[in-house]
Amino acid sequence: MNWPSLSLLGQSILSGIFIGALYGLFGLGLSLSWGLLRLINLAHFALAFLGAYLAYQLSSIGAMDPLLTLLLIVPGFFLFGMAMHWVFMRFAVSPFNSLLVTFGITVIIESCIQWIWTADYRRLESHYAEVKFRLGTLYVPLPELLTLIAALVLCGSVWAVLRMTDLGKALRAAAEDAPIAAAFGVDERRLSMLLSGAAAAFAGVAGVCLALSFTLSPSQIYAWIGVVFAAVMIGGLGSPLGPLAAGILIGVSEAVTMAFTAPAWAPLVSFSLLILVLLLRPGRV
Amino acid sequence: MQSIREQQSIREQQSIRKQQSIRKLTMARSMMLGVVAVLSMLLPGPDVAQAQSQQALRIGGSLALTGPLGQTGLVHKIAAEIAVEQINARGGLLGRQIELTLRDDQSRPDVTRTLYEQLLTVDKMDLVMGPYGTGAILSAMGVAQRYNKVLLHNTFGLPAQARYEMQFSVGGQAFDIQNVWPATVFDAVASSATPPKTVAIVTSKFPSVHFVSAGAREQAKKRGIKEVLYLEWDFGNRDFGPIAARIKEAKADFVWAGSLGIEPNMLIDAMKKIDYTPPLQFYMFPSPGPLAKLPDAKNALALTVFEEHAPFLNNAVAANFVKTFHERGAKANLADTSVELMASVQFATWQVLEAAVNGAKSLDDKTIAAWLKKNKVNTIIGEVRWDGQNNFMQGTDLYRVKQLQNGKWNVVWPREMAAPGARLLTP
Repeated sequence: MNWPSLSLLGQSILSGIFIGALYGLFGLGLSLSWGLLRLINLAHFALAFLGAYLAYQLSSIGAMDPLLTLLLIVPGFFLFGMAMHWVFMRFAVSPFNSLLVTFGITVIIESCIQWIWTADYRRLESHYAEVKFRLGTLYVPLPELLTLIAALVLCGSVWAVLRMTDLGKALRAAAEDAPIAAAFGVDERRLSMLLSGAAAAFAGVAGVCLALSFTLSPSQIYAWIGVVFAAVMIGGLGSPLGPLAAGILIGVSEAVTMAFTAPAWAPLVSFSLLILVLLLRPGRV
Repeated sequence: MQSIREQQSIREQQSIRKQQSIRKLTMARSMMLGVVAVLSMLLPGPDVAQAQSQQALRIGGSLALTGPLGQTGLVHKIAAEIAVEQINARGGLLGRQIELTLRDDQSRPDVTRTLYEQLLTVDKMDLVMGPYGTGAILSAMGVAQRYNKVLLHNTFGLPAQARYEMQFSVGGQAFDIQNVWPATVFDAVASSATPPKTVAIVTSKFPSVHFVSAGAREQAKKRGIKEVLYLEWDFGNRDFGPIAARIKEAKADFVWAGSLGIEPNMLIDAMKKIDYTPPLQFYMFPSPGPLAKLPDAKNALALTVFEEHAPFLNNAVAANFVKTFHERGAKANLADTSVELMASVQFATWQVLEAAVNGAKSLDDKTIAAWLKKNKVNTIIGEVRWDGQNNFMQGTDLYRVKQLQNGKWNVVWPREMAAPGARLLTP
């Protein structure tokens, strides 16, 4: 094994932090709906990709600034998330069934994406992609920096809302014991609709960040599921900061592995970490 | 002496016997006529035979229309449909119009196997055509072998595994691609103004490109080119940042990237983010359209068998195909409608089938296979032959090196196939 230079190591760690931030951003909505709504929402990944394709469409064809597309995507996805949750409540979908139902929704969304944009690769060309900053010998690309900022702001804000507001306390109470929370005046149905809408909106934000940095293809939806699930499970269900911290831990571990050894070993890292967490702290999941 | 009465009695009896025999003969004739009439209804007469020749010839296959290979699968589908339309316009195969059935194998070899079983046992296709991609072709090959069907395919990257005697590679590649392709690429870069002295070989673990990249290591060694970096990553890797950083640090004169599909774009993007462009870079099977749009892919090299320029377009069939593909590709909302490796090998596959059926004058699989083994076929990608092991080409093949010059792919090696005025550019 050749030891990497400090510059290579530093650049790899930065790369790991950036990809980890994206894992965290993907994991935020998934963790909230899994931990607080007891719904394992696989469609979260498809929604993120739908958000990415919409950002591509609005930006490339509609000539909108990619960040301004959030003004349309976030409210639209919020409404879609609420509508989806209304259907889940109407048919009393159980946590296990939610896995199957949302997988079905994922397939439908993937097919729709392929029908509209074909399976061809799509790349959002934006002026953001041209901007990068230098920190000594290290490079910090703007799209990745924006993703990190978005992940920190969103995860931090959600954590603050859950910890410090009545709304957050009500959400946590409803997740812990819905009947008792209802006895104290918590409207569980309304809160769960609100939370589901927020989770879908977070998927939209993750999608825009994805489009800023990655070439898109419909089948890429599935490439993210394994590692984001690992981040959510390591970070803790229902926790807004956990998936971000776990995502960055996984991202940096993978990147450092790639810097030291064969990059093919990198995927082993995230799943080895997951197995360790399951063995050492089984109550976390 | 017989009495007159006795003689009359004998005559009467003879007359009765004669009448009986005539009656029997008439009955036999009637029966025979009836049998003939029934047989004539059962056996094909001239009209029935003609109707049968006009009955559609059912050809089935699968393509990766969804999943990770979906982008290329769609290109193959459009090329196949154009080829079938053109064959049908010429009167079909042996007077029968082709009815093409294409199923979506979702880029999954297990699904491919099931689909080919269905095509042959339930749908009872007359002929089958190979799918796209090494794994899927291997699956289809197993099914074709079980039912003794001839299988033409065009994108199989592990020739040593193609052991079925009635499978034929139509992609124009040699049996020993791990030697021939790296030799072609290293010959091309050696012809440049500044031949590389060092090489970084980085590769996806996708079976076929990984296999050829191993051959590239051997070629570099033979030619005295120093290998300064060797890396492998899993197909489906998301983070190319650390790989790009290692390539940058290796400072190689030439980067050989055994990559395909979306990977070249991701690797180039990652290198751009750290402000690095290799002096000379090769990507085995990129998605050519999207790569051409990346400014940092300038002067990138790749393999091909066909590009949209002379001498390829000197062939009228090729020129017509390119024109039609542009129209159909635009209708199908393809981001890039140019004809290159994938579209051309699919079209060539149908050219080979047409030539084999017409040459063998038969739709029998064994007869078609026997004809192919003895003949060569001129296609839009060049002359395809099966003189090598496992029905591949031997020693040389139809693969050429192309370079992205001013946003357009031009063949630059070998020189006789180069675009007019084009030569390999180095920094």
